[in-house]
Amino acid sequence: MLSYAWLIPVFPLCAMAVIMLLTHRNRVVSAALSITAVSIAFLYAWAIAFTVWGNPEVQRFSFDWLNLGPSMHIPIGIQIDGLTAMMLIVVTTVALMVQIYSLGYMHGDPRFSRYYAFLSLFTMAMLTLVLADNFFLMFVAWELVGLASYLLIGFWFEKQSASDAGKKAFITTRLGDLGFIIGLLMIYTGCGTLTFGGVFDAVKTGVLGGAFLTTAAIFLFGGAIGKSAQVPLHVWLPDAMEGPTPVWAVIHAATMVVAGVYLVARSLTIFMGAETAAMTVAWIGIITSLMAASIGLVQNDIKRVLAFSTVSQLGYMIMALGLGGFTAGTFHLMTHAFFKSLLFLGAGSVIHAVHTNDIREMGGLHAKMKTTSITFLIAAFAIAGIFPLSGFWSKDEIVASTLGHPVFTVLTLLVAFMTAFYMFRLYFLTFTGTPRDKHKFEHAHESPKVMTYPLIFLAVLSVVSGWIGLPWLHHGFSSVVYHHEPHHAEFHYGLAAISLLVGLSGIGLAYLMYYKRRIDPDRIATSMSGLYNTLLNKYYFDEAYEVLVIKPYYVMCQGWFWFDQHIIDGLVNGAGAFGVLWGRFQRWADETFVDGAVNGIGWLTRGFGATIRYLQTGSLQNYAFIVFAALVILWILR
Amino acid sequence: MEGIGLIHYLTLSAVVFCIGVFGMLTRRNAIGVLMSIELMFNAVNITLVAFARYVTPATITGQVVAIFTIAVAAAEATVALAIVLLIYQHHRGIDVDRINFMKW
Amino acid sequence: MDTISLAFYALAFLIIAAAIFVVTSKNIFHSAIYLILALFGVAGVYVLLQAPFLAAAQVLMYVGAVSMLMIFAIMLTARIADQTIRHTNEQVLTGLLLSLGLLAVIVYSLWQTPFAISSDPMPEGAGGTLGKLLLTQFALPFEIVSVLLLGALIGAVVIAKKDSVRRDPEAPTTPLPKSIEKVAG
Repeated sequence: MLSYAWLIPVFPLCAMAVIMLLTHRNRVVSAALSITAVSIAFLYAWAIAFTVWGNPEVQRFSFDWLNLGPSMHIPIGIQIDGLTAMMLIVVTTVALMVQIYSLGYMHGDPRFSRYYAFLSLFTMAMLTLVLADNFFLMFVAWELVGLASYLLIGFWFEKQSASDAGKKAFITTRLGDLGFIIGLLMIYTGCGTLTFGGVFDAVKTGVLGGAFLTTAAIFLFGGAIGKSAQVPLHVWLPDAMEGPTPVWAVIHAATMVVAGVYLVARSLTIFMGAETAAMTVAWIGIITSLMAASIGLVQNDIKRVLAFSTVSQLGYMIMALGLGGFTAGTFHLMTHAFFKSLLFLGAGSVIHAVHTNDIREMGGLHAKMKTTSITFLIAAFAIAGIFPLSGFWSKDEIVASTLGHPVFTVLTLLVAFMTAFYMFRLYFLTFTGTPRDKHKFEHAHESPKVMTYPLIFLAVLSVVSGWIGLPWLHHGFSSVVYHHEPHHAEFHYGLAAISLLVGLSGIGLAYLMYYKRRIDPDRIATSMSGLYNTLLNKYYFDEAYEVLVIKPYYVMCQGWFWFDQHIIDGLVNGAGAFGVLWGRFQRWADETFVDGAVNGIGWLTRGFGATIRYLQTGSLQNYAFIVFAALVILWILR
Repeated sequence: MEGIGLIHYLTLSAVVFCIGVFGMLTRRNAIGVLMSIELMFNAVNITLVAFARYVTPATITGQVVAIFTIAVAAAEATVALAIVLLIYQHHRGIDVDRINFMKW
Repeated sequence: MDTISLAFYALAFLIIAAAIFVVTSKNIFHSAIYLILALFGVAGVYVLLQAPFLAAAQVLMYVGAVSMLMIFAIMLTARIADQTIRHTNEQVLTGLLLSLGLLAVIVYSLWQTPFAISSDPMPEGAGGTLGKLLLTQFALPFEIVSVLLLGALIGAVVIAKKDSVRRDPEAPTTPLPKSIEKVAG
């Protein structure tokens, strides 16, 4: 059962191959293949989860991939433990829901089959990522995820903005991956292995340590920064909404961005061995979270709000992990995956209905789209951390993990407040009040069942998935992801009450501002226009990059271009000119000596032939004469 | 000179053979060439029979070989004459020095 | 000079003279007649050499068959009596010299060579011995020669047949190369 777990990513891989090679003309078969493959993976993942959770032993299956003697030995394989099982469930569940949902959303797209192939590729890569038992295979899958996300974000590549967004995502995450691979090389240099077990043992026994380990860990975290869209490499994620909305959900909510979180969670031992690195992680996490949440307060694009919400929540998880809250981070990862993908798919449903992203053109949609509205509301409550939904339990664990670091606690609660506020701002503006664009409201309609059922399923999960962390269950969620020495975060009723209060106050503020209209948001915006514009422009990050990185880069490129044109090309052309001269000399030598010799032989042969061809008279009697003459001559010569 | 011996026959054979060679080398007519060749055959036959008479009289192997030579010569003459006729049909002439179209 | 010697010299003179006429006669028909004469002379030599069967075979084969064949061929090819054209090619002189040289070489060799002359008598009834030899010791060559003769027979018919290259009227005609066309024309 467990030893065949490597089959899980193989199913989507096969689906992708078959779709690409054979069935891409038939959209029904393609979609069916893809969904079947991910369904099998989904069932398998659940089966594995129940096996593993009953039997908390790490299962490893590996084989030698590269064996270059004692100095270079890279096995690859899979490892199944609680964390992996949980990730499998998250990935396959969200992937399955998104694929079903896409049946409706992508209906009629000319590249429907290719879309499913890419989704399968993405699923395969993500499953491999979480199954890997070493950093090497993880890195391979990591890059595959990057590739698949590039393909999916730029899926509608006819749109300039879409292809640009794809490239931006790819290049930005690549920057982080550079750090990742440097970290990997450092680790490999340090302890000579890349398997999780080997590396962690090395850290525990002190083979790896000190500044070296800290540096390696920070580089490693670079990969997570890129993939999980942390400051300062978060800029790609909001742009990535150019892709189809379900893709966006699968990439941003559940899978790709949590790859970074997963990386940190998986290698937490390393970070725990390097205090500075861990604190760096925590600070980057909370800064990201704060920044993204504050940007989310003022955005008017429904996808953008959700995108920054995602960045913010990822920052949460990263921070929790940096502070050692393994259980908290991974728990929030799981619950977030469910309610955030629900939010994304709900947003997709709305966009599908009204054909706009701008919440200023929506309003009152609850009347038209009951299912979407209710499920969206459940997800909003979950993310706001309202009892008893999943977000409440996981967020509480995160807050609990900040105990002992008062600054973090305060900031975390601030983020929680902002989260609740912007989430309900979004909800009220979208689904309640009077329609602000009559025309679009008229045409709005509830999405087909193939889209709403996944919403309902995810809504159920958003409610119940947190209950694993119920305080009166044995060790809560930690028993799921821990095997040895469970690090148990005690449930703090006081903290829980505070965070609930913070969440409710955020909701209340949003209610007053956007439902009851007691406080005019526009007045606040004008009164604090500097802050408002800063937030609206996302702290001018893109602009700063434009000025600080891209412009100097262009200038540098122009410099190098000049260098290229004049120095390098000069050298090249000089070499070329020399080559031409040398070639001319060789030609001359060729024509004079070599050809002379060849032609000379030719002339010689020809002359000889011209001379002796008279022997070949064709006359029998001449030949006979020669025969007898030869006889006589030979007799004389004898 | 005490009677006629082997050497006389062989000398006669040589003379006839060389006459045949001369004819073969000089006749323009293909049939003339063939006739010269027949002369050469006969010269050789004289030699064979002479050897049979004087060197191995007990086993007259030379005569047997001579018979074979006659038979092969007959076959040769038949085929050669057929070729001559064919050439004549195509070429309206059987001058050997004009039959050089296989040259070069 | 005994009878044998006399006969030999007579026959030798006849043969050589006839042979010279064969190779020098301007008229090819005359050549054929002289050839017959020479072949008769050779038959006489065979008689002198106590090979009566061969003499008979010589007359039958050469005089009777081969020479007749020659004459037929001469008759079938035109311009037999046209004596205005040269009957020899341009290498008459060199050919003569070569022939004489060859003769000198052969005769010199003959006179230099000591032959193992056997004084055994020829077996009585040489014809019968010859027949036995042909069907016992030389049976295989004999059969091969018979096959050869058959092949020659068929080959001669095939070659000499008019329009021996019979073309299929349905077959697409490929133009003959220039050289062959010239010959065939």
